Amino acid sequence: MATIRLEGIDKVFGSGQPALRRIDLDVADGERLALVGPSGSGKSTLLRIIAGLEQPTRGRVLIDGQDATDVPAERRDLAMVFQSYALYPHKSVRDNLAFGLRMRGVGAAEIRSQVDTTAASLGLTALLDRRPAQLSGGQRQRVALGRAIVRAPRAFLFDEPLSNLDPRLRGDTRAELIELHSRLRATMVYVTHDQEEAMTLGQRIAVLRDGRIEQVDGPARLYNQPATTFVAQFIGSPPMNLIAPDRLTASGGVDVPSSAALVGLRPHDVRLLPQPALLRGRVQLVEPLGATQIVHVRTDGGRVIGVTNPDLQVRPGDDVNIGADASRLHFFDSAGRRI
Amino acid sequence: MTRPGRWTTVVIVLLLAAWAFPLYWMLVSSITPDERLFGDPTLVPTRPVLDHYRALFTERRFWVPIVNSLVVAGTTTMLAVLIGAPAAYAIARLRFRGRHLIAAAILSVSVFPQIAILSPLFLILRAAHLIDTYPGLVLPYLTFSMPLAIWLMAAFFRQLPRDLEEAALMDGASRARAAIEIMLPLSAPGIATSAILTFLYAWNEFLFALSFTLGPDRQTVPVAIALFRGQYQVPWGQVLAAAVVASLPVAVIVLAFQRRIVSGLTAGAVKG
Repeated sequence: MATIRLEGIDKVFGSGQPALRRIDLDVADGERLALVGPSGSGKSTLLRIIAGLEQPTRGRVLIDGQDATDVPAERRDLAMVFQSYALYPHKSVRDNLAFGLRMRGVGAAEIRSQVDTTAASLGLTALLDRRPAQLSGGQRQRVALGRAIVRAPRAFLFDEPLSNLDPRLRGDTRAELIELHSRLRATMVYVTHDQEEAMTLGQRIAVLRDGRIEQVDGPARLYNQPATTFVAQFIGSPPMNLIAPDRLTASGGVDVPSSAALVGLRPHDVRLLPQPALLRGRVQLVEPLGATQIVHVRTDGGRVIGVTNPDLQVRPGDDVNIGADASRLHFFDSAGRRI
Repeated sequence: MTRPGRWTTVVIVLLLAAWAFPLYWMLVSSITPDERLFGDPTLVPTRPVLDHYRALFTERRFWVPIVNSLVVAGTTTMLAVLIGAPAAYAIARLRFRGRHLIAAAILSVSVFPQIAILSPLFLILRAAHLIDTYPGLVLPYLTFSMPLAIWLMAAFFRQLPRDLEEAALMDGASRARAAIEIMLPLSAPGIATSAILTFLYAWNEFLFALSFTLGPDRQTVPVAIALFRGQYQVPWGQVLAAAVVASLPVAVIVLAFQRRIVSGLTAGAVKG
């Protein structure tokens, strides 16, 4: 297994538009790192640079401490699971799994036993003689996974491997991936645009925006101490409410730092109170979700979303006071950075 | 697809008849004796004879042009695919300086009318002592058929998902290995289409074959048939029998690969 280190990676495509700017990132041996960001943020490009499918314009890629920047993809010994699965359509499942071993010159008997073992561990044994076209989406996904596992690579790269699965299967596969990771103790880099997937799959999560890393941290820290307003709004659902401090009423009793340009409040930290608090507003919409309800409130400081206990009786048109525990407030300066 | 209406059916039948009748007439005439052919030909052959065919292969030695055509068209096809496929792959997939320029230059070769380059080509071939030889036909044929073959195959390569190749690279295959193990089998229909079209072009080509051969030893089928006519008469029976023989390989190939040709020609036009 391997460590991966990116040093000062820049990537400029032919159009001149920079795709990645000064990326420094360390992935520890055996770590599960998620790269998350909206589309166009450069996360897939970054993964492809690690894989060797794309060359960085500047900067270095180090695998196990060795400069691999100029090592072609086929000699990096990394495995990648593609969003499209990219199974070889003219080969049986067995030959799909065996291809990587064959390319590395492994003997036929050895290939057979390794393919059988991997297939058994993924429940693919009965499907070994089928072609990819004869498999369901979930089965194809497992074959793609098997093709990565079978040759015990130095690290695994995942490019949104679950986005083509239906939501229920996605949840199951997520849990399996984590289980697989703890079994193999493998280094994994996982690209997704889904913040929830990043939170469950990443031991650490790198949030990308416009080709830059905004923050790299564990899920709890990312949620509780977002470094920027972008991270604050990207991580967590519904997104964090951001309110201009001068809109807060004095009765809130909150000490707002003088340099704060925005005050952040997670919907889950919103309290709807009878007495005057941070903000006054009028309920616009109530979304009952069973375990919770989402309340949309129009206030002087813009729309505020709160997640409350479903037993709380509110109806659209009600006047409410919004309060929060002072320790649950986030402050950001005019550049969007956390104070 | 909906079922065609009555009038559509009528139109289809009429069109098919108009298209197929000359072929039918060719077949019927080739087994009708000369005196009936010029006297009172019937639509349905009443007393078929194989005289024309017998004459074709005895007095005319028609197997010589057939062998010539097979050699020339076969060699042209093989070389066009062997050289054209890697070229098409490079144009479709590799990033190198001047890629678009090269692709455009290749296509521009095929826009010259054949007749415009006939005399310069003749001079070149004569200087190279290639007049009346097989290479003297294969080389010009390659010039004209390769651009089309390369563009067809490049279009086919382009529509294969890039992911597949990248997956092969990640699996440890070199680029060449990935091309051979993954791309080649998947692009077989496109390559077959290009091969067939090249073969048909070389098989049917007339102008170069007429200009660059001197005698019956190197003449191809179309030239041989055209030169059947004597000074005072055209032996129509034999000409038509020869036309049947010349059409046979083409018909067999096209029927055998019908589906492939259609899918190859429309590749990328619609999503499968």
